[in-house]
Amino acid sequence: MHDMSAHAVEHHAPPTTFIRKYVFSLDHKVIGKQYYGLALVAALCGMALSWMMRIHLGWTNAAIPGLQLLSKNGAPGGVMTPEYYLQLMTMHGTIMVFFVLTTAPFAAFGNFFLPIQVGAEDMPFPRFNMMSFWVTCVAFVVLMSSFILGDGPTLGGWTQYAPLNAVGSIAGPGQGLGVILWMTSIALFCIGQLLGSLNFITTTLDLRVKGMSLMRLPMTTWAWFITSCMGLTAFSVLMPACILVILDHVAGTSFFVSSNEVINDQLQPHSGGSTLLWQHLFWFFGHPEVYIAIVPGIGIVSHILITSMRKPMLSQRVLIYCMGALAVLSYMVYGHHMFVSGMNPFSALAFSFPTLVITIPATIVVLIWVFSLYGANLRINAASLFALGFISMFVSGGVSGFFLAQPSIDIMLHATYFVVGHFHMVMGVAAMFGIFAATYFWFPKMFGRMMNETLGRIHFWLSFVGTYCIFMPFHYLGMAGNIRRYSSFPDDYLQPLIPVHQWITVAALITGAAQLIFVYNLIHSRFWGKPAPDNPWEATSLEWSTATPPPWDNFGGKHPVVYHDPYQYGVKSSVGDYVMQASPEQVQTEHDEK
Amino acid sequence: MAKFFAVTIIVIAILSAIPIVRHTWEAPEDISTHGYLIDEQMSETMAEAGISFLAAQFILAIFIWMFSNRSRDAKIKNFPGGAKVLVIAAVLVVGVEVLALGVFGVKAWADQYLTPPSAGAMPIQVQAGQFAFYFRYPGPDGTFGPLHPELINESTQNYLGLDLDHDQDSKDDIVTAEMAIPVNKEIHLLMHAKDVGHSFFVRELRVQQDFVPGLDVSLHFTATKIGKYEIVCTQLCGLGHYNMKAYLYVYSQQDFDNWLKKEQAMQ
Repeated sequence: MHDMSAHAVEHHAPPTTFIRKYVFSLDHKVIGKQYYGLALVAALCGMALSWMMRIHLGWTNAAIPGLQLLSKNGAPGGVMTPEYYLQLMTMHGTIMVFFVLTTAPFAAFGNFFLPIQVGAEDMPFPRFNMMSFWVTCVAFVVLMSSFILGDGPTLGGWTQYAPLNAVGSIAGPGQGLGVILWMTSIALFCIGQLLGSLNFITTTLDLRVKGMSLMRLPMTTWAWFITSCMGLTAFSVLMPACILVILDHVAGTSFFVSSNEVINDQLQPHSGGSTLLWQHLFWFFGHPEVYIAIVPGIGIVSHILITSMRKPMLSQRVLIYCMGALAVLSYMVYGHHMFVSGMNPFSALAFSFPTLVITIPATIVVLIWVFSLYGANLRINAASLFALGFISMFVSGGVSGFFLAQPSIDIMLHATYFVVGHFHMVMGVAAMFGIFAATYFWFPKMFGRMMNETLGRIHFWLSFVGTYCIFMPFHYLGMAGNIRRYSSFPDDYLQPLIPVHQWITVAALITGAAQLIFVYNLIHSRFWGKPAPDNPWEATSLEWSTATPPPWDNFGGKHPVVYHDPYQYGVKSSVGDYVMQASPEQVQTEHDEK
Repeated sequence: MAKFFAVTIIVIAILSAIPIVRHTWEAPEDISTHGYLIDEQMSETMAEAGISFLAAQFILAIFIWMFSNRSRDAKIKNFPGGAKVLVIAAVLVVGVEVLALGVFGVKAWADQYLTPPSAGAMPIQVQAGQFAFYFRYPGPDGTFGPLHPELINESTQNYLGLDLDHDQDSKDDIVTAEMAIPVNKEIHLLMHAKDVGHSFFVRELRVQQDFVPGLDVSLHFTATKIGKYEIVCTQLCGLGHYNMKAYLYVYSQQDFDNWLKKEQAMQ
């Protein structure tokens, strides 16, 4: 238990100028909102790209109005060329994984709520925090600039496998400047996340107020803390790997290019590099990245469900241990992305076993969530619907992991749409549902206004049914042997599968359009929504103890004292069936964390 | 709303399972001696994953139906067994599942990757490059001549970089753009890439293996059914990736010998 906030945090005066208040702000709440705004812009870009890809996959020769304005050569007359498809696909994956799935649930909500949930005034390093956002913002601009610079973005996919990523423009459009911009952007992104992770870890460990023991931290804080620990180790591997690729381009090194490579009849001026080295470095980051995207969602869903159920989870400790187990195991399983890569086939077995074992903590998490619903009084609203939808998606995407964890089955499913269906459901859609749940839940605290509940529910129904219509068929396509990363399906074998692609395209267009309802709701509610009370959900954690929206120093110059664990629901107190963490009122409870 | 949501989850779960149960979309018929091991492993995994999927979705739906929007005074209670029962169940049930899948799965993997090809296996070399495969047969001397990457020249059709003027072993080598093999004969495929990463995937043969620039990789398999099958690249290799393919012809021994003679005459 600590009471260090008074001396460990750097006190900064309330901002007075516009620039300090809204642009280069040191306030973690403003930075959280900035991250959220960045993620929203990125998500809209990523979704627009997925629409274009889906139209092309359903109807290969269809002209997409206006696409020629983005690239005259890539889409003459609006019809996408095969290479431009790959370029858009690469950008879709990169934008979504880095700038949406990492940025929104971790950096945006974590920044806004982690310090408040531990009772701190701010992060210990506010300038680092400001830098982390602006470096991430620059990273996004650098990435997007590849649309207009050189011969467009890289076409190598979000995994950027070597040596395609290192041999330069001779390997295809975007493989010269496009790759350098991609690597620069991601290296910058890594710096931003490292700075953010440092702040999250130190805030959690050092700035907890009196009474806030580790086991009294809300599930979300635990999730962000564990994610930060993963981020610190994962991004610090990816960043130097990106720099090494840039050196292969500009400094004549050969980290990732082997000897005797011949492209366009020209022997490449490289020797001695290892193409598999990139895969090891990338996936050592890449697999923990899956959990960096999803663990905050696990925390958010637990936090929201508990509030909606009006009772704590069956065991908060077990959930925390499981998140920790997922984080540790995530570093031991990364080789399952490389079963057929040419690495030693014995290592496939070594990576397969922990991959299968990781299903145990994941199963425990799901069982705790589902069986905690037993005997609850579940309040249904847009936030809880998305949290429950998250569980359904997490299960659907999770069970397909049983297949991909096994090297023998991976022989048939590797690089097919089965993999695309798996990761979109378990990491993409589930994480997005976590972001939506968090938005509907915390919007009142962030902006002081309520979101429109009816629009929220319409958004949920269209998203829930729509995503199943899109991503379940991906699994079927993969089982039939439909390969991913193909811009069209010219061969006889795949022709019969085209109607399935057309179905997916229609579903994707409708589901994507439903997201515009969310954007409208967000913007409309921000300015014209009903004013929010301080604690609209009758919740218990510290963010609901302060004013709405919170003042610049979070608690108006006071330091709250914590008397209870974060989820005292189903009790009889003076305010209802719950007692706030910061309330000294003694109530009869089954247990209370010390 | 809650009850409708519960029903929706159950309907989606059932609809999702129907194409699997009815085998609406599935891998093409296996034509290899080892493929049945992979297919059996796939079926067992499907059964276990399917039951887990349906059970989890159904229990979620039932609890949403039973415990949503009750009156404010409704008594809150906990699942009788508590978390301990769930943890034990998860460790035992999933642990056993995992162990079974892991142990049985090793057999299928080992058959292809941890056992060497038999001594009589027929060697064929395959080179992957943007965006074509080339195959080389060793010819009557049974030996492949060395490769000289600096001699690769598409315009003179020296796709592999052979030095026919100086290397005796290369002179009878047969280079083709299509792959032909005799039925029921084990093939030892020697794989290398000339430029970037590629992959060799024949769905019916149940083989998929990446080409790694700078690394020699090999596969071995036996085809059991005569026919024409697609070889596709599954590793993103550049703008023509979607169109990088070749055909595999599985012939009777007699037809294969004739094909090889014809190809040799055309060299």
